[in-house]
Amino acid sequence: MNSILVSVLWGVLMMYAGFLTKNKRSMTALAVVGAMAVLIFNALEYMGLSLFELDTRGMLFYNPYSFIFLAVMHAALLIYFLLSGSEIEELSAAPSDHYALIFFVMSGISIIAGMKSLLMLFLGIEIISIPLYVLAGSDKSNLKSNEAALKYFLMGAFSTGLMLMGIAFLYGDSGTFYLEGINMGATEMSPLKAIGGVLILASMAFKVSAVPFHFWTPDVYDGSPTVFTSFMATIVKSAAFFAFLKLFDGAFGKIQGQWQLLLSVIAAFTLVVGNITAVFQQSMKRMLSYSSIAQAGFMVMGIVAMNLMSKQGLILYFAAYSIASLTLFAVLAKLKDHSIEALNGFAKTQPLVAGVMLISLLSLAGIPLTAGFFAKYFILVSVLKSGSMYWLPILAIICAAVSVYYYFRVIQAMYFREAGEGSAATPAFKGSFKVLMIVCAVLILALGIHPDWLMDLL
Amino acid sequence: MYAAVDNFPALLIWLPLVGALLAFFMRSEAASKNVSVFFSLLALAVVGTSLFYVENKHQALNQVSYVWLPGLESSFSFILDGLTRTLCLLTAISFPLIFLFIPVGKYKQPNAFYGLMMLTQCGLMGVFMATDALVFYLFWELALIPVYFLSSIWGGEKRIRATFKFFIYTFVGSLFMLIGIIYIYLKTSGSFNLVNFYNAALTNQEQGWLFALFFIAFAIKMPLFPFHTWQPDAYEQSPTPVTMVLSGIMVKMGLFGLLRWLIAMLPAGAKAHQSMVFILAVVGMIYASLIAIRQDNIKRLIAYSSIAHIGLMALGVFTFKQVAVTGMVMQMFTHGINVIALWMVADLIERQTGTMSMKELGGLAKKAPNLAIFMLVFAFANIALPLTNAFVGEFMIFSGVYDVSAWWAAGAGISIILSAVYTLNMVKNVFYGEVATVAQGFVDIRPMQSFVFVVLTVLIFFVGVYPGPFLSMIGETVTLIVNKLTGI
Repeated sequence: MNSILVSVLWGVLMMYAGFLTKNKRSMTALAVVGAMAVLIFNALEYMGLSLFELDTRGMLFYNPYSFIFLAVMHAALLIYFLLSGSEIEELSAAPSDHYALIFFVMSGISIIAGMKSLLMLFLGIEIISIPLYVLAGSDKSNLKSNEAALKYFLMGAFSTGLMLMGIAFLYGDSGTFYLEGINMGATEMSPLKAIGGVLILASMAFKVSAVPFHFWTPDVYDGSPTVFTSFMATIVKSAAFFAFLKLFDGAFGKIQGQWQLLLSVIAAFTLVVGNITAVFQQSMKRMLSYSSIAQAGFMVMGIVAMNLMSKQGLILYFAAYSIASLTLFAVLAKLKDHSIEALNGFAKTQPLVAGVMLISLLSLAGIPLTAGFFAKYFILVSVLKSGSMYWLPILAIICAAVSVYYYFRVIQAMYFREAGEGSAATPAFKGSFKVLMIVCAVLILALGIHPDWLMDLL
Repeated sequence: MYAAVDNFPALLIWLPLVGALLAFFMRSEAASKNVSVFFSLLALAVVGTSLFYVENKHQALNQVSYVWLPGLESSFSFILDGLTRTLCLLTAISFPLIFLFIPVGKYKQPNAFYGLMMLTQCGLMGVFMATDALVFYLFWELALIPVYFLSSIWGGEKRIRATFKFFIYTFVGSLFMLIGIIYIYLKTSGSFNLVNFYNAALTNQEQGWLFALFFIAFAIKMPLFPFHTWQPDAYEQSPTPVTMVLSGIMVKMGLFGLLRWLIAMLPAGAKAHQSMVFILAVVGMIYASLIAIRQDNIKRLIAYSSIAHIGLMALGVFTFKQVAVTGMVMQMFTHGINVIALWMVADLIERQTGTMSMKELGGLAKKAPNLAIFMLVFAFANIALPLTNAFVGEFMIFSGVYDVSAWWAAGAGISIILSAVYTLNMVKNVFYGEVATVAQGFVDIRPMQSFVFVVLTVLIFFVGVYPGPFLSMIGETVTLIVNKLTGI
């Protein structure tokens, strides 16, 4: 609960920081300190030092698993601020507002991490979503950004409606909002529960951009300012998946057999549509949007399996996917031209940044010795372990092979093609940025060589 | 994994890795080259020393296991036995020779070139020695990634497409293998160890489709017809040193996988698919030989000839007979030496004349008599003439195949006859006849190149005349593998 409190307080503090100082750099510095504070206070609570006790009637409960998840999210937030802070500064006269919104999103994520009741699920999801609508439209003079915000808002509101409807049905069926209460006793699927469950499934599928509820994703990710796309595609997406996981584990765990097939079909379509569409993208930003759908397919597979291994694997997946995407988006945000050709010859002009991007791309493609390999490995093992659905891993690896195609196109551009007319002038990267990129690369490799460092905590 | 390095397998992993890092950070080309040659020679010395420590009492030296991922029940386990020793020896001999053969100033960014080459060596050694399935998979990929970069950066005109095709093919194959590995792992008592994999309780039906998963991975790597389409393009477009590694050593990964990770692990599945593999191998051999005859480009000719030879080796594996499998391991070694030698000659010709087309070449023997003599030796070895190294292996394979069925032996024999046709045809067209215009200024081989060629020639004749020690070294391991198949 520390992390809810600290996130909210820091969000408020960031709002007032706009009055106290006009210096953008110090606002970023304050936000970085805030991210560290959330990380530290969350760790303190994990070790038993809580700032306050509040009787939530069991609606919020944090176990070690939630704490580790939150720690991964906070670490990703810290990396995000450090990598992309200067882009947030550039975006408007008062970046502190944006930082405040991001901290509010983090408080929503903290609620999600501990939710034991459908009310908390709704609250958490809404607290996450509403600031994001603003962030998506924060590039006010850009029509595409406006469109993204409107689209995101309309679709998001609609999916929230579905979720509320689903919650109502579930309440009508079991007479409780508690996940355990819904799960208890029910080994049969009643019609009310089935309707409620499907409605909630649809809204969660929307939030994690699983097919067929993914149509908003490319447009919103492409239209939003790249810095905020980065935030939405990594941290927020992981949080939505965590909610998905907690909900289906907590409320529908006993009737896994009933929804497993439906969800595996969703996973299959997400994998196929995401990967195939990504192949045809010419813009790296759009390619990464579709790749985020494709990666979501793998993560849905983890929810399909729903065993201890997949729960561990998903945390590793969040970490691997978030770090790799954050570095790629951070570089992308500094480039004016987002087409893949613009990166031609990038390895010659910026060998270090290109090297880190290479490692990130290899990780996303799931090549061994990177974190992405073990993330995918754990998901595959968990699905094979759950038995019966052998077609899903086979489909998944074929899709993983397709994903190599579009990730490696970026590598080919950077390393094997000469800089031509199409390539953009590379910006000067600051020393601190490069150092941080190296840290990210080391993290990816460390998790790829020794994933136990993270897994042992769980 | 931080224990003191006091055994052969660990050294063979660390030496190339350290060499790769050092070579990568060297400023000058000469320094990178020297570091690479030095470390690959050290690896050769280690393999050479290990040949004198084969008895059981030296087991501690030949085996190593570091705890890697206790949570995953996987450990860094390596072993040096007769089979791996042969392949490690091939790797260790080839790399220094290839390095010595590379001319100065040929490749831009030489430090990266040599670093990646050494990394490939590390990956290859790991593949051959791993006794843990996950580690095997890891090195399998690790060997692929540097080769992909080597070919894509320093390759020919159409390199990006050709090497990408190669990469996607092998990556798909290895992913299928990964699914197979995970499946068997879940059926064991919870370990990736090779012994546990051998003992996994698998029904015949499971073995059948697991066989398919592994076989695709290995067949793509070898490559076996009809999975070979990446190969001629990749060989042609890669820089020649990389082509040598690809065709000389890397294809052996697939054949080696068949022996250690397929037929011994899934004996029932292997038996059930025997005739299918026989058909693929024989069809592939004849098909590749016929295409080789029609080739005008020397590089493509060698590429297709290589497919035919690989088909014969696959045939040898699937006889499940001691003599044929031993011959096939032998052949893995000799084919590596011979094909590397052929590529070297081809590269010398291309460097000086700028063409690989046999129509444009001719009469090189008048300009370069020494090169012509070496080429004749290598060509004879490629056809497996008696007294050359390839004869021993091919003869043993054929005697095994003949035991299975004389018809298969006859089919495979056609390809051997055809190999004489295209190999000698190439020698005739390139080295004899009128001196071609492009060959007017052709110079004979230089001392360093002669040294490399002499080493290769000595190897060819030594193994051809005195294969005894090799065969006894290989035989022991092969017996263990073949015995697993006899009970089924």
